[in-house]
Amino acid sequence: MIRDDHEFQEDDFQFAHAADEKLIDKNYSATSYAKDVWNNFKKNKGALIGAVIIMIIILMAVVGPNMNEFTYKQIHSGQECLVPRIPGIEKLGLFDGYHNGANQYAQKGASDVYYWFGSDTQGRDIWTRVWSGTRVSLIIALAAVIIDIVIGMVYGLVSGFFGGTVDSFMQRFAEILNGIPTLVIVTLLGMVLPAGITSIIFALMLTGWIGMERIARAQVLKVKEQEFVLASRTLGANKFRIIFSEILPNIMGQVIVTSMFSIPNAIFLEAYLSFLGLGVPAPMASLGSLVSDGYKSMTTFPHILIIPVFVMAILMLCFNLFADGLRDAFDPKMINK
Amino acid sequence: MKKYIFKRVLISLATLFVILLVLFILMDLMPGTPFNDEKLTEAQKALLFAKYGLDKPVYIRFLLYAKNMLKGDLGVSYAINKNFPVSEMVKERLGISIGVGAMAMALGTVFGLILGILAALNHNSWIDNLCSAISVIGVSVPSYVCALLLCYYVAYRLGWLPILYNVEQPFISLILPAVALSVSPTANIARFTRSEMIDVMNSDYILLVQSKGVKNWKMIIYHVLRNTLIPVITVMGPILVNLLTGSSVIEKIFGIPGIGRLMITAIQENDYNVTIACAFVYSVMYIVVMLFVDILYGIIDPRIRIAKEEA
Repeated sequence: MIRDDHEFQEDDFQFAHAADEKLIDKNYSATSYAKDVWNNFKKNKGALIGAVIIMIIILMAVVGPNMNEFTYKQIHSGQECLVPRIPGIEKLGLFDGYHNGANQYAQKGASDVYYWFGSDTQGRDIWTRVWSGTRVSLIIALAAVIIDIVIGMVYGLVSGFFGGTVDSFMQRFAEILNGIPTLVIVTLLGMVLPAGITSIIFALMLTGWIGMERIARAQVLKVKEQEFVLASRTLGANKFRIIFSEILPNIMGQVIVTSMFSIPNAIFLEAYLSFLGLGVPAPMASLGSLVSDGYKSMTTFPHILIIPVFVMAILMLCFNLFADGLRDAFDPKMINK
Repeated sequence: MKKYIFKRVLISLATLFVILLVLFILMDLMPGTPFNDEKLTEAQKALLFAKYGLDKPVYIRFLLYAKNMLKGDLGVSYAINKNFPVSEMVKERLGISIGVGAMAMALGTVFGLILGILAALNHNSWIDNLCSAISVIGVSVPSYVCALLLCYYVAYRLGWLPILYNVEQPFISLILPAVALSVSPTANIARFTRSEMIDVMNSDYILLVQSKGVKNWKMIIYHVLRNTLIPVITVMGPILVNLLTGSSVIEKIFGIPGIGRLMITAIQENDYNVTIACAFVYSVMYIVVMLFVDILYGIIDPRIRIAKEEA
């Protein structure tokens, strides 16, 4: 059968079975695993869009807070609760600073000021706060996930590789830890530890690594019986080398996919903590704390709530799309399922 | 099978014990006391501490608490509702929380199954894409974001349903919270049903059924659905667990007097006994659901049981 990306080569039109013929497939030459993954990934439009939007959001989280003259904690008294106003677009009747039929900016004597996303109940610029909040949320999520990978992977590798008593002891311990509802433990830790980014990361990583540990262990159990591990062992490799340079590279794909799925989860948990008042200390902002602030004036000034909610929902959606695509790319059996 | 159940129950009990211990230690480490009244002098505070036995070391308090708990006594509230038995407070609110959870789960299961089955029956068509899009969005958007949006648009803008919980109309007030909570179960069940059903439809035994000339609808009801639903039952456990713990924010948004809201209030007021009781009730629900699901797995699919017995 000829695949639709098949290209005819020069020697396809030569006589076959010549005496000294060497057949080399030029169309489907051996591709590396990474290239295979990339090729599969490219085909998934949703995942590509997700990846692009994630990159845009990360870029905005880096440069966004510095794009105008405001800072995230600068309070402008007299300019509270202004609705979004963007130069240029305001002429189209969108984002023109009108609220209930009146130009709020003119009313408050700030006709030459532009808050692109509006200002909050204390007169702070929402544009700056949203992007610096996104930065904080992303930092928390990434740090929690990286710690999860390290702890969970090492734990799973050791548990799966050594087996026997070590394994059953380590598994019982993980099982008990897993029995503790995450939200309960995160809430209580949020209260005990001093408010701040480090505490939130610590609370998130406490139970977060267990999912990773299970994946890593299951993969190790599969891989460690294979011939190349046996070969390495017969050649006299020590356990450390077998675990980290023979088994680890083979389970990396699964580990990366799992970690991508846990990023939205970490963002959600951080937002949840903020919502309970256990998030980052004011005036610092995170997506969760912005949502929970906006919620208080939801009925009068919905823009304070809607903008951070929108950014958070998009971010989580894109991470899910990206992770889905990555999973399919690493495991082509999953495609079209 | 008996041995397997016994082992699972034992692990669950050990987990509960550890949770109680951890809760106690965390409470002990927590800054502040339940007696925040500024009029109280140091001596009066000490008296209060002595009265409630809070001056004793942690391990003695822990043993006393554990002993009383086995008798169903969860202590008394220190701050929220002074000297009121915590077990009564929890009992009152547990029903409401379970009610919301059950409604959300029922909604999620029905809509999830419908979406999943529709998508699988129309595999690779626009219906499939639409259902997949809905489920990806449902998985990604946290339940309280949905709750806030529903609260703003449906309750506030349109005024169809109450914004806050109304004691006189409990059922109507619980519709929005249940819908908000059901978004993620719907999406999860839809995704799982779809992939499971496509798997079944591509299997050899369905090919055999088709070649025997069985009518299409008969094949789907008697052969495809039955084999699809078994694995779907097994994912409902974790979904239910997520729903239970995720409900506290929803309760806060809609002002539902449930267990999650009680816990948040207790945390803010440093009411030790109430906080521990709520957290523990959550843990018990979580562990009972997990245990139930694990045993159900074993009954439904003997392969899992055997694999776990060997491990």
